[in-house]
Amino acid sequence: MTAVRCVDLCKTYRQGEEDIKALDHVSIEIDQGGFVCLSAPSGGGKTTLLNAIGGLDKPDSGEVYIAGKRIDNLSKGELAELRLRQIGFVFQAFNLIPVLTARENVEFVMQVQGIPAGEREEKAVEILEEVGLAGLEDRRPADMSGGQQQRVAVARAIVSRPALVLADEPTANLDSKTSDGLMELFRELNDHHNTTFVIATHDKRVMSYAKRLVRMLDGRIVEDIAQDAA
Amino acid sequence: MHMAGILTRLAWRNLWRNHRRTLIMLLAIVLGTWAMIFMTALMRGMVSQMVSDGISALPGHVQAHHPDYRDDPSIANLIPIPDSELVARFADAGFPGFATRVRVPAVITSEYDSRGVTLLGIDPERERGVTFVDYEKVEGRFLESSDDAGVVIGRKMAETLNTKVGKRIVLMSQDPENEIADRGFRVVGLFEANVQSFEEHYVFAGKATAQRMLRINDQVSELFVLGDDYRDVEAAYTRTVELIDSGAEVKRWTELDTFLGTMLGVMDGFVFVWIVVIFLALSFGLVNTLVMAVFERVREIGLMLALGMRPIHILGQIVVESVLLLAIGLALGSMLAWAAVQPIKDGIDVSIVSEGMDMWGMSSVLQPELLLSDVILANVVVLVLGFLASLSPAWRAAHYEPIEAITKV
Repeated sequence: MTAVRCVDLCKTYRQGEEDIKALDHVSIEIDQGGFVCLSAPSGGGKTTLLNAIGGLDKPDSGEVYIAGKRIDNLSKGELAELRLRQIGFVFQAFNLIPVLTARENVEFVMQVQGIPAGEREEKAVEILEEVGLAGLEDRRPADMSGGQQQRVAVARAIVSRPALVLADEPTANLDSKTSDGLMELFRELNDHHNTTFVIATHDKRVMSYAKRLVRMLDGRIVEDIAQDAA
Repeated sequence: MHMAGILTRLAWRNLWRNHRRTLIMLLAIVLGTWAMIFMTALMRGMVSQMVSDGISALPGHVQAHHPDYRDDPSIANLIPIPDSELVARFADAGFPGFATRVRVPAVITSEYDSRGVTLLGIDPERERGVTFVDYEKVEGRFLESSDDAGVVIGRKMAETLNTKVGKRIVLMSQDPENEIADRGFRVVGLFEANVQSFEEHYVFAGKATAQRMLRINDQVSELFVLGDDYRDVEAAYTRTVELIDSGAEVKRWTELDTFLGTMLGVMDGFVFVWIVVIFLALSFGLVNTLVMAVFERVREIGLMLALGMRPIHILGQIVVESVLLLAIGLALGSMLAWAAVQPIKDGIDVSIVSEGMDMWGMSSVLQPELLLSDVILANVVVLVLGFLASLSPAWRAAHYEPIEAITKV
């Protein structure tokens, strides 16, 4: 089953007097259970593609399908619902809501989904333990290290078991040990829950965990290879 | 409904992210609310006192006169129904109070000076507690009956005439035949009034004594009736019209003293305008606080939108934040206003400016009147307008593009 399908996506940004082609006729299909790394130098279009897949940014042209449903023509409200129910996000930075504790941050998406308090608290504590943050449930982001914050963000992204997780430079602010731990967690979820991962990165260690590596340059896919993951 | 909890939690915690800013805004709301309610209580008290003094000078809530009396309040225009008949008709009508009076212009003369006054021939028992004179506080004594041969004058008038209790004065007026009607009286009492001009204008004599002096037998100038509430005199008015039947003109107090009637009428509108004006001053601070709060949180608002929170919930979060701030401020401000009224609820002595107050028909004691309806009005107006004022920054926050907001530096 196809989890993500992008057809001939184009997106151009205006930067001063210059037009920057962030996506230049990009087409890609990702199967359910895929573990794909998008790799590109800065400005290569990987984040733009990730945002288009996540319904955070609309392409100028082309089509985006999630689980067979076209999303590039959905309204803001429909896109919000899609992101809430089907997609987990991990951003490079500023991932957490500062006034909520780790547990409350993890519960946030579930609360918006309308999951009862008891159930979401149980799930949040469980997932925080799974990402190695047992005992830190009541800490606020300001009282946690960058790695711990990123793991809270991962916990939030996966706690409601979305079919698709989109991660933009998830290890950018982490040391190598923490990065490895995070990627192993991603792989474990991918293997055991068949969650599809699309990760934008230029970190070679992260790429080594991918089952499929898609290289981009100047908004185009220049290489798409299957690989043996680490 | 499941969003209410998270929205309230986020709003509450966000409020206290910047303690200083929130506390300053809270202080402004508390002081604004205090000013709204406390000043309204003072204004209400002032108007209420004016009305109360005015009614006690009229006196009564409804009055009946000869149809020409208001244009020419002379002895020529007496009520064409005998006094005894009027008393008989009204005695069992169930009014909280009523009385008939002789009320004519007169001149009072002592051995030193003379002055124009209004002679009131009254039945002291019927008027106890109705007129502006507190019988118990009269120096000497008040009139004891309708046949009392003495007069009671104001303390200020006594000073003007250089007279005192026990001395004699002469009252002079006209009888219905335009002949001089005069009589010597002994001053039996000096009264004090909240409004100083009353002490200079009114002289009290027994009704029967005044009738004899003026040679008007069983006739009176006016009849007054007290209703249950000066704000609603329609029942008393209608009943009085029924009982008078014909021959006299019946008027409500608001028609007899149009200035006071209008004052009472515009007071509610004035309170509303006063509250709105203070709120407008507050609203600049409130909107600025919310705009700053939104501006500082662009990225997390973007994050929440990216995670699937709907724009309406972002809007709700900012509005709840505003309403929470307003609700706390209103509660504290209302309590502060209540506490500020307590020490002065028996009145503030403003006799130092009594002449100025007197000019407006106000007494020298200012008694605040804290009405629950005013407190509710202030709270509702501030909450509703505050809600509306917060919609602008909230709307702006709700319409951020998530990816632009989340990457904003």
